[in-house]
Amino acid sequence: MELSFTQGRWNYESWGGFDPISSSNAKPPGVELWAVFDVPQHHIDASWKNLTHTLSGLFCASINFLESTATYSTPEWSFPPASGNVRYGTLPCEAVCTENLTPWLKLLPCRDKAGIALLLDRPSLYRGFYHSQRGRCVLAKSSSVYLLLDRGLVAELKFPNKENGKSAANGLTSENFWSNPSFELSVNPDRIFLEESSSHSKSLSILYMFQVEKYSESEPFDIGLMWKVPVAWLCQQTPLHASRFLMGSGNERGAIAISLKSTQFTEGFMSANSKDGSCELRVDVFQVVPWYVKVYFHSLRVFVDQQPRAVSDFIEKIHVSPSKDKMSPGVMEVVLKLPCRVNTAALTIEFDKGFLRIDEYPPDANQGFDIPSAIISFPNFHASMVFLEDDSLNRSPLLSKFQEKCPVMSYTEVLLVPLTTPDFSMPYNVITIKCTVFALYFGSLLNVLQRRVAEEERFLKAKAAKKTGRLPLLLSKLSAKLRGRRREPLHSPPSSSSFINSKLVLKVILVAGLAVGWQYFFS
Amino acid sequence: MEKLKKKIGSFSFWNWVIASIIFRLILIYFPKNLNLSSRPEVSTPLTSFRRLAEGYWLKQSSMSSYAGSMYHGSPLLLSLLGPLTVKRIEGQPNHLLYSLVSVIADVVSAMLIRATGQNLRLAYLRSLESLDLVKQIDVSEFLFSGDIAALIYLCNPFTIVACVGLSTSPIENMAVILCLYGACSRLIPLAAFGWVIATHLSLYPAILIIPVIFLLGCGPDSPPRKLFLQRHQQKEVLNQLKLPPGFSWGPIIHFAFWAFLWSVYVLVLCGISLKQFGGLWEMFKSTYGFILTVEDLSPNIGVLWYFFAEVFEFFRNFFLIVFHVNILFMILPLSIRLRHRPCYLAFVYVAICSMLKSYPSVGDSALYLGLLGWFVNELADMQFSLFLFCGYVGVSLLSPVMHNLWIWRGTGNANFYFTTAMVYACLQIVLVVEGVSAVLNHDRKLRILITGKP
Repeated sequence: MELSFTQGRWNYESWGGFDPISSSNAKPPGVELWAVFDVPQHHIDASWKNLTHTLSGLFCASINFLESTATYSTPEWSFPPASGNVRYGTLPCEAVCTENLTPWLKLLPCRDKAGIALLLDRPSLYRGFYHSQRGRCVLAKSSSVYLLLDRGLVAELKFPNKENGKSAANGLTSENFWSNPSFELSVNPDRIFLEESSSHSKSLSILYMFQVEKYSESEPFDIGLMWKVPVAWLCQQTPLHASRFLMGSGNERGAIAISLKSTQFTEGFMSANSKDGSCELRVDVFQVVPWYVKVYFHSLRVFVDQQPRAVSDFIEKIHVSPSKDKMSPGVMEVVLKLPCRVNTAALTIEFDKGFLRIDEYPPDANQGFDIPSAIISFPNFHASMVFLEDDSLNRSPLLSKFQEKCPVMSYTEVLLVPLTTPDFSMPYNVITIKCTVFALYFGSLLNVLQRRVAEEERFLKAKAAKKTGRLPLLLSKLSAKLRGRRREPLHSPPSSSSFINSKLVLKVILVAGLAVGWQYFFS
Repeated sequence: MEKLKKKIGSFSFWNWVIASIIFRLILIYFPKNLNLSSRPEVSTPLTSFRRLAEGYWLKQSSMSSYAGSMYHGSPLLLSLLGPLTVKRIEGQPNHLLYSLVSVIADVVSAMLIRATGQNLRLAYLRSLESLDLVKQIDVSEFLFSGDIAALIYLCNPFTIVACVGLSTSPIENMAVILCLYGACSRLIPLAAFGWVIATHLSLYPAILIIPVIFLLGCGPDSPPRKLFLQRHQQKEVLNQLKLPPGFSWGPIIHFAFWAFLWSVYVLVLCGISLKQFGGLWEMFKSTYGFILTVEDLSPNIGVLWYFFAEVFEFFRNFFLIVFHVNILFMILPLSIRLRHRPCYLAFVYVAICSMLKSYPSVGDSALYLGLLGWFVNELADMQFSLFLFCGYVGVSLLSPVMHNLWIWRGTGNANFYFTTAMVYACLQIVLVVEGVSAVLNHDRKLRILITGKP
């Protein structure tokens, strides 16, 4: 099982992607949890639910959101650290704050009062571009601090005695290394480890170890590194630099594109194997897409060196687990076989944006929804460093960890997809207006069906016969014209239709008299 | 003179048919079919072409075609039309074959409408003769309702858009019209086939069983039976031959037998194609279940999508039942009042379904507007006809604008689009109500002519 909290994105271009630190330790933003289960198949989901709830309580984070089937997935073969019976879930928009650091520190015997945890100063930690906490506990017998000089750095460091034929590494491992022209360490390392030969690079990493127990209150451990000359170096990168982005505009549809660009590593690899004509670079892509981003798998297209190519030419294996609305996300696992001399390659897939009910939107609905990072791995290459160790009894767990062969892996960016929102303030309005329309339909249709027109016409005629005055006559003319119906001429009653009626005059006099009396009595 | 008039009339009919076919072909050759297949008015989750292609891809990859909650149609349609989604001819537009199938479906529907219309017109003239009203009503002014209905169907912008927009509506409409044609012409196996296929493709034509029963039992539209009896009482002629026959059960039993046969055949075929993926229950859940539970809330020209996006979870089932019962409830009163006019009853049922169904599209409107043409003689006095015409034109122009404002520009919101959908629903209600009222008025006028009293 592995759980990680990460804030920020690992910059593969500057910080490298080939060494064990970036390959197995660089994690996608937010929370990532994966676990391999030993229980029978039908118990796995229940166990996963228990696990998420337990971890959520332990670490004060909302990992319990991962319990619903719509958030976790089951990779089949493209998830490098494990295979079979694995469940993988990630929450890309989970923010990591100091509250999340506290439970980790609680696991240490002295918390943050003593020991290495004293170094974890919260303000400076969280101000950085990238910080990550990962749960993989290794028990060490002693405390040590390690300083790793990357292969790229070692290759860049220049030494005056280069013409002797010694490799640059020898200069740094000799005892009198402070005659080093490039940098200076304030404390002497206790031990120096040199990497065994690596197949992918000419230079070798160097590891300095400092044992902390030699120091005490009177003689504190204060390590510093000063550069004497400016040095710029390139960390070794993954064979292809992977990035992911969204295409298209508007809130109805779009496309996800994964682009793979060759790095300086590829050129070196290519020249090494140039004699072998049929060299192929295998790339595994594992992508999980939430259910409201409805992906059209039949629109998957492959572009190699900016030319659209037939999908079957480059895709060796593909496994697709389509999403079910509100039930499970869409999982795509692809094995690509690209030629070693490839410059750029891209995979595009189109999708439709779904429409959710108002209670399915998060509180800040207009921010958008996240598509978790895709995992691009290169199974042909292994990121591991083997350091020669004299004392095999006191094997350092960190060095054992470095020696583990894990495939080179990189995570792409998290994508933010804006979805259209309905008007959240309108539920009652919509319901009442809609029901009014339905009532209109229901009522008028029933009325028409059961109407007895003859009786109605007789009734209307009788009513119209009593009507006097020009205004109602004009109104009835107007309504008849609007309906396009021929107006039947009305028979005017025998009594005169003159304006001035004696009854009317009497009424007016009566009302005026009442008003005068009222005024007189109550003035 | 009569013959010349008829000749001119029929000549320009075929002219119009060929012109509409050519117009459709021209639109097909535009790039990407003018993007009409991406309009929500044309393609709904049930009729969308892209979803058909996705279902076919899933099927080819040995997965259930209902797997991604994408495709919700019939597996038979997938087997017939699926290969057309991937077949490409060099140098021709991408989906030429599928578009041609839609055009052919439209033309066949138009021909069937014409034949049924001619049938209806002849039946009407015969009934007028037997009522001895031929002198009082000017028969030569009777329009050729069959030709008019066929032309309305072919040249209706809604039909053209549904055809060019690669939706499956032309095929569903063809099945419904096949059923009505078979019932009118007493071709019982054909009527049963049309009914079974129409119900299988979209659930709602199931209620057309009632007009079909009346058609087979009593015959095509005619004035109420009471009038015939009154006329004979007046004339005291015992010529029973002129009286229309009463209700006969023979054809109906025949129809039931054929319908049973066809439905067993269709279900067996579907069961075979879905054997590994859950069988018929999975199919019913994904097609009929999807239609009845309104799971997908994509905007369309109907009104249910916004309602079910906004309604609270607690009341969802209640309102689902209310809206579907609204269709079912009207079946009985309409069938009682209009039992002597089964084709008109079918038209009203089709109109009500197009209005109240879960995912309406302009293809459904095209169907009932075409069927409206059969009754131009009876509906000559319909009120609000100009208002309705302008309303339809206005809604079809405004609806894409509001959709654009909401989705693509972000300056409008969902209420704009929903308002046009509601206005459209109101227009359809007015059409149905005024149409029924006009037909009942027409019958009343005949009654006045015969009996002399209203």
